Amino acid sequence: MAKIIVVTSGKGGVGKTTSSAAIGTGLALKGNKTVIIDFDIGLRNLDLIMGCERRVVYDFVNVINGEANLKQTLIKDKRTDNLFILPASQTRDKDALTKEGVERVLNELAKDFDFILCDSPAGIEAGAMMALYFADEAVVVTNPEVSSVRDSDRILGMLSSKSRRAEQGLDAIKEHLLLTRYNPERVEKGEMLSVEDVKEILSIDLLGVIPESQAVLNASNSGQPVILDKDSDAGQAYLDTVDRLLGEKVPFRFLTVEKKGLLKRIFGG
Amino acid sequence: MSDQSLELKGSLFPLSVLSCADLSVSSLSWQLKQKLAQAPAFFYQAPIILNLADVEQAPDFHAIKQLFTELKLVLVGVCGASSELKQQAQQAGLAALQLAKDSKTAVTASSNTRQTAVVTSTVNVPMDSKIVEQTVRSGQQVYAKGADLIVKGTVGAGAEVIADGNIHIYGTLRGKAIAGAGGDSTKRIFCYNLQAELVSIAGNYWLSDSLQGDFWGKPACIKLQDDQLVLAELA
Repeated sequence: MAKIIVVTSGKGGVGKTTSSAAIGTGLALKGNKTVIIDFDIGLRNLDLIMGCERRVVYDFVNVINGEANLKQTLIKDKRTDNLFILPASQTRDKDALTKEGVERVLNELAKDFDFILCDSPAGIEAGAMMALYFADEAVVVTNPEVSSVRDSDRILGMLSSKSRRAEQGLDAIKEHLLLTRYNPERVEKGEMLSVEDVKEILSIDLLGVIPESQAVLNASNSGQPVILDKDSDAGQAYLDTVDRLLGEKVPFRFLTVEKKGLLKRIFGG
Repeated sequence: MSDQSLELKGSLFPLSVLSCADLSVSSLSWQLKQKLAQAPAFFYQAPIILNLADVEQAPDFHAIKQLFTELKLVLVGVCGASSELKQQAQQAGLAALQLAKDSKTAVTASSNTRQTAVVTSTVNVPMDSKIVEQTVRSGQQVYAKGADLIVKGTVGAGAEVIADGNIHIYGTLRGKAIAGAGGDSTKRIFCYNLQAELVSIAGNYWLSDSLQGDFWGKPACIKLQDDQLVLAELA
């Protein structure tokens, strides 16, 4: 049975799609058959981040309306085995998604896949609600600043009250915190909330901390998930994140300012 | 566009229910005047429902309506009426309403003691408590009606916890806490870590600016003393 994971945040521009692409790729690299669904109908982005924008023929809404089948619509990733993308429609709006339609597509995907990653649109309206409704787990992407943290808190409230698991009284959605754009230097100067601050406010388990990195922008621009850039700090942080999502215990990295000088590095200054 | 100019929606409003054993105009007039004299401004143009649960003979609805108008009250309708009385009330232009269960019992209680005085007070039910096990997130609202509220987790910024009774928060209070929402000024707010946006007891409130100081970020108890909010240690 496939595990449905929603990547959500409430606030826009915090790195949901970047994280969806990276985590989806990471899960596939670990041998899990994975599909990433772009729920951002009308503002399709995932295809760009994944570098498959020129291969989109049919989309999610076509499948829901029965105008195309999944086999025709799913885009197989060229770099990573076991990885598929279900793109959003760019010409429609969020109302094109119906609960019944989404459920049917998810059920069909669940037969074949190990992980279904739902890349949520920003906001708390119908589109975002649809993306989180069927989730088993949630990755809440948060930037270390107050407005993002508050919006994440709001989404966490939605997860525990508006999801299928909440409505049917099943076990609650497993919630994970993914802190992105983390800059230890600015935290030290007091310009950014620290990991501890955010953890304390949201009181959920920390899944990963992705450092603010030029590699993320480079990756997005070249249509290649940043997790494939294994030399970069952000890529490594996403690899750790995926390991934790799969249940491994991995120590957190990139939380402190890297001091210059060899001795300090060796002795963990 | 034209069909959007009219909207019909169901809503709930607080209404005062008037129960009186003797509904003859003269007696009602005298008793109501006495009641109103106690708090003239409070009942000014107040919407009133007439309780007919223990009335057998049909009163003169037109005359009562006129009396209410003279006394600057608005008679909206009747409740607890038998089908015969209901019909007569409707003919007099009054709405016939369904009485909620708990207030019915209160009415029978007062009729048993054969009170002739006008009863407009609410029922006194022992305080219950409502327990919230998890964190109250931003945008969520919890209301403990006629009860104390106990929150095991944190109340997030932008969340609201409201109770007619006391409020106990074992986590951090970052949102709004409103105790004694029914107007009871003896109620208090207790929290393990005070970082509230707003605290209020029986309508007296403080914003976070007024809460800065010794107790910010610490365990605290908030109560009302001589119509002033007071912060105290949670000893």
